[in-house]
Amino acid sequence: MRRDPATAAAEVIGMTPLGPEDLRAKAQWVWRETLKVHRKAPETRLASSLSSVEIFVALYYGGIIAFDARQPLAEHRDRCIISKGHGSICMYPILADLGFFPKAELDRVCHAGGILGGIPDPVIPGYETINGSLGHGLGVGTGVALGLNRKQSPNAVFVVAGDGELHEGANWEAIMFASQHKLDNLNLVIDDNRISMLGYTDDIITHDHFTGRLGAFGWECSEVDGHDVVAVQAAMARMKASANGKPKVLVARTLKGRGVPGLENAALSHIINPKPELLDQILAQTAGQDTPS
Amino acid sequence: MSTQAPATRPLAMRDAFLDRIWRAMADDAQIFFTCADFGSPVLDKIRADFPQRFVNVGIAEQNLINISAGLALEGYKVFAYAIAPFITMRCYEQVRVSLALLSEVRPMNVNLIGVGAGYSYVVSGPTHQCYEDLTAMRALPNMRVLSPADHVTAGALFPQCLDNLGPKYLRFDAQVLPVLYENGPPDMGRGFHVHRSGSDVCVVATGYMVHTALAMAERLAHHGIDAGVVDLFNVTGFDADALLATLQAHAGVVTMEEGFRGRGGIDAMMFDLLTQRGIRLPMRNIGVEPGYRFELGNRQELHEQVGIGIGAATRTVEAFLRSLPGAAQLPKPPPKQSRAAA
Repeated sequence: MRRDPATAAAEVIGMTPLGPEDLRAKAQWVWRETLKVHRKAPETRLASSLSSVEIFVALYYGGIIAFDARQPLAEHRDRCIISKGHGSICMYPILADLGFFPKAELDRVCHAGGILGGIPDPVIPGYETINGSLGHGLGVGTGVALGLNRKQSPNAVFVVAGDGELHEGANWEAIMFASQHKLDNLNLVIDDNRISMLGYTDDIITHDHFTGRLGAFGWECSEVDGHDVVAVQAAMARMKASANGKPKVLVARTLKGRGVPGLENAALSHIINPKPELLDQILAQTAGQDTPS
Repeated sequence: MSTQAPATRPLAMRDAFLDRIWRAMADDAQIFFTCADFGSPVLDKIRADFPQRFVNVGIAEQNLINISAGLALEGYKVFAYAIAPFITMRCYEQVRVSLALLSEVRPMNVNLIGVGAGYSYVVSGPTHQCYEDLTAMRALPNMRVLSPADHVTAGALFPQCLDNLGPKYLRFDAQVLPVLYENGPPDMGRGFHVHRSGSDVCVVATGYMVHTALAMAERLAHHGIDAGVVDLFNVTGFDADALLATLQAHAGVVTMEEGFRGRGGIDAMMFDLLTQRGIRLPMRNIGVEPGYRFELGNRQELHEQVGIGIGAATRTVEAFLRSLPGAAQLPKPPPKQSRAAA
């Protein structure tokens, strides 16, 4: 009944999912492009956008998400709801690369006349919902999953959320709802970088182990090294293919600000802006480590 | 439309409206009904007959809104149902972000049905009573606010809710109110209905207060004051030119709402309309004196305590008219006027 996800995605995007080496290279390219976006638009949130690089690369280049860049709201797409809006600036180069909008937009992030703001909104082709206010994506995504279920659609919903925003109680209303209604077309990916704005979530309100908590709520849970893009892709493919009447969550263990000295896993990384000279230095040192887009 | 037609039996607004939904669901597979653990006899028919398009999210209004938004993004015409203060203010952030804001970009049809306008849950106290919703909902761009005064109007609002995209808030009374439109609903496209024309003052009322305004107009007539009464049932979508023309045939305007006075309800809306059009018409606003109260009593008694009962409102209108230039021409109140009844 459920289509093979890779086949479904390939039908829509007309491209073969990248193999392991290309996925890794693409992830490195996206990481560098994200630094470049932030270099030009320091208003963007860098640290939380670096923890989610491999998650989005696996979704969009690993054949997980069925999408159509020419018709971003095509009925036969999978719905990718990016709840952690601030922390998805890495989606800007991805969406430009895939043809959702012209690459020239990347040169005017946060500038008048552009569409790419400090926090992405659904005026950007490829974004489904409002994401600036945290804790809404899972609830809306659950409603979308119910709608797809009732329409007997083969398409899936992916919600990418940060661990910090799961402090919002409305998420847990949706978590209870999704298992009650057996929404196995709903896939939650948690970018578990364990830092929100003012520090480590374990010091604020710990989520302890998401797998234990969400498992107790009736979800099928798995965990992965969120920076191993090949492992992330494999875990997502498994969760998408699983049709056992349970909503699914993939906990991606990640590092906020990954790869940037002074930012990586720093308690206040959300609000630290690395100096432009440091970013230039990192970009120079890592030049040539990725493939051209 | 025949005058021989039997009198329309009064119904609860929610039953009139939900019955329209139930009938339409048989033919329109896009209608989805969501609720936050809140029922009605007609609701039982919906959940029995259309279990695939009915969902009770439990006591979880935030999720009610988000689930409804998600369903609407998938093309469903969603009717979400809960107690008025909870479906508006318990989940205001979700209403703002996932409905008012998101609908700016993504077309969606979500209709919030709130039961319990004003004091209509008389003995349940201020948590269940609802005095802020007109303000809160009309503050949101894209949100249409509909506030009928009887079940005939409530039911007649259904086609525009079904056929028009955008989020809407339906403010329903929890009590069965007398029928105002025995011969069929008013002109729904106009958004308001003139129940009586006057010359001294035009009372613009919404919801339950239309009934109060009509009773007050009778009382004022005995005092020699000629009051018009307008039922404003489409708070955000009325024919403004037509309403202004009606108002300008009067010496002054009074607004009446079962919501806090001076906090951005229809009083502020009418003030804005008049000032933006540059129309100088004296206005006085009748609404609940802001504050939360725990007194028990029947609705009329509670209304008198907070300044919106027939007696209190009549006194306010008379004082307003006496304050106007040329008030000397107005008849004095009869000396035997009883205040005890108020």
